[in-house]
Amino acid sequence: MSVEVWTYLFVTITFMLYLYIGWRARVRESAGFYVAGQGVPAIANGAATAADWMSAASFISMAGLISFMGYDGSVYLLGWTGGYVLLALLLAPYLRKFGKYTVPDFVGDRYYSDVARIIAVIAAVFISITYVAGQMRGVGIVFSRFLQVDIEVGVGIGMVIVCFFAVLGGMKGITWTQVAQYSVLIVAFLIPAGAISMRLTGWPVPQVGLVGSDIIQRLNEIQTDLGFAEYTQPYQSMNLLNMVCLTIALMCGTAGLPHVIVRFYTVKNVRAARFSAGWALLFIAVLYTTAPALAAFARYNLIESLNGKTIEDIHAMEWTQKWEKTGLLGFDDKNGDGVITLSPDKAASELTIDADIIVLSTPEVAGLAPWVVALVAAGGLAAALSTASGLLLVISSSIAHDIYYRLINPAADEARRVLVGRVMVVAAVGVAGFFGVNPPGFVGEVVAFAFGLAAASFFPIILLGIFSRRVNREGAIAGMIVGLGFTATYIVGTQADKMIPGLDAPLFGLWCFGISAKGIGTVGMLLNFIVTLAVSAMTPKPPAEVTAIIDAVRLPDHVSRAVILDEATE
Amino acid sequence: MNEELAKAYWRANLKVIGALLSVWALAGLIFGVLLVEPLNRIAFGGVPFGFWMAQQGAIFIFVVLIFVYAFVMERVDHRFRVDKDEE
Repeated sequence: MSVEVWTYLFVTITFMLYLYIGWRARVRESAGFYVAGQGVPAIANGAATAADWMSAASFISMAGLISFMGYDGSVYLLGWTGGYVLLALLLAPYLRKFGKYTVPDFVGDRYYSDVARIIAVIAAVFISITYVAGQMRGVGIVFSRFLQVDIEVGVGIGMVIVCFFAVLGGMKGITWTQVAQYSVLIVAFLIPAGAISMRLTGWPVPQVGLVGSDIIQRLNEIQTDLGFAEYTQPYQSMNLLNMVCLTIALMCGTAGLPHVIVRFYTVKNVRAARFSAGWALLFIAVLYTTAPALAAFARYNLIESLNGKTIEDIHAMEWTQKWEKTGLLGFDDKNGDGVITLSPDKAASELTIDADIIVLSTPEVAGLAPWVVALVAAGGLAAALSTASGLLLVISSSIAHDIYYRLINPAADEARRVLVGRVMVVAAVGVAGFFGVNPPGFVGEVVAFAFGLAAASFFPIILLGIFSRRVNREGAIAGMIVGLGFTATYIVGTQADKMIPGLDAPLFGLWCFGISAKGIGTVGMLLNFIVTLAVSAMTPKPPAEVTAIIDAVRLPDHVSRAVILDEATE
Repeated sequence: MNEELAKAYWRANLKVIGALLSVWALAGLIFGVLLVEPLNRIAFGGVPFGFWMAQQGAIFIFVVLIFVYAFVMERVDHRFRVDKDEE
């Protein structure tokens, strides 16, 4: 059977599975709709969080990015995994104990202020929309590349699927679908990676092959022979300060992303929240430790099989022709010596490789059967759909729960709240689909900045809300405005030429110690911390009922029961 | 509520968090980013150690840290529980 037939088969089977699960998990109450009835087992929530977290970008682009950045690609690996440690130790258990539905719920209640709640809603919606637009685009691209339909049709199909299980099942439907999607995407990632590892190093486990063979030494040698820096040489694409800032921004941003935090509201209790974070990172680490091994193998393999070969030799390999047609791989014998040579100098290099090709072409490069290629397509779709559905639910709950129920109509009954939630999912899918079909030029840029914005707004406010009893409404509002305002201004100002049509230069340069727009969230976060603490110190203490919330959040249910019991026996 | 007990529980929690976050910073930021160049002179199997820490080792450590936190807090919780049989 051809790749196309296999792809149709796999995509159809997996989609039927997602739809079936969505139908089985349909809900009627708002607790089910927003937090899956708080009954999700720790390990299932871990798998769902991993699928929620790993987007089309993690699945398709990350290995390619690392492949081209070498050591410097570590910022993404460290940042996106290290953030889970912060989440597990500093946020998740306490937010679960707090036990409401959304992140703005916590901000609004802890800072006893509807202004703080609204700022949090705006930040959550803004972060999630920029993020989801990229996902819908990813769905469209995977469809168009593997099924030869238009991107618009691909986005359309994706919208219908997401809508179905999110509208019917809300958080509950999404959670169980995400568990299935994690299984699909991880199998699709591991099979080709294991096969290429086996071929190049003799080890079927890529993480072992990386250490247990001399592949990195050989790669370093080839790189130096061609005039590149060694693959393992640090600080090539950014200096140390930028690397530290970007890593911290990604870590704290990960811990502050609303669609990740809200997953920990769905488990049974505080204990489950702690373990669930461990499962989530374990499931993520399976992909995140495979990706850098795959990146090194693929780079070695691409250089070895293409560099120094004649055009005829290269075209004799079937996969090169296929990828050349997509424009992701290009050959141009610029110096006319009949041989293709790779060079660090872009103008002289006769080989152009798009980073996305690394994961997508691995099965073919490694000579695997057509069904593996099809599996990778199904995996990419699973990654994009699971992330999109998690984000869409955050957008809908922010508006339906935080704005409609908490501020506009607190008297709304269960049925009405779920109905508003469903309507908002449909609206959010519509907005996401619109951006998927008509991507504003800067979407790709903005997604990377979502982390900086989350780090500069939510992370300090939630952290201090739990760990400080003194931080108050005035401090939190000032801190969020300063952190968010500074970070957004710096990003827009330094990227203005890419974001605003008609401008051909940024409004200002990297004036803050040369820190790039992607890493500036770290500075914004520090400002948020400083402003929040300073303003709180100058303004009145939070009221007693708020300190009672803080004390309650700090004790897991079974411990506080014990504490009360202990008091009664005294 | 018995405030002393609640405070003692919170202090125990902070101590665990502090210890684990020190390891986190050491593995991720200090070994993974700041000290890569000297660490790269050490070989770990076929790979320079600094590079391996940043792309593999730190991630494994992060996973272990979260599970260690969950298990240690189980024991802390247990110590502060009166109704030990109840789940």
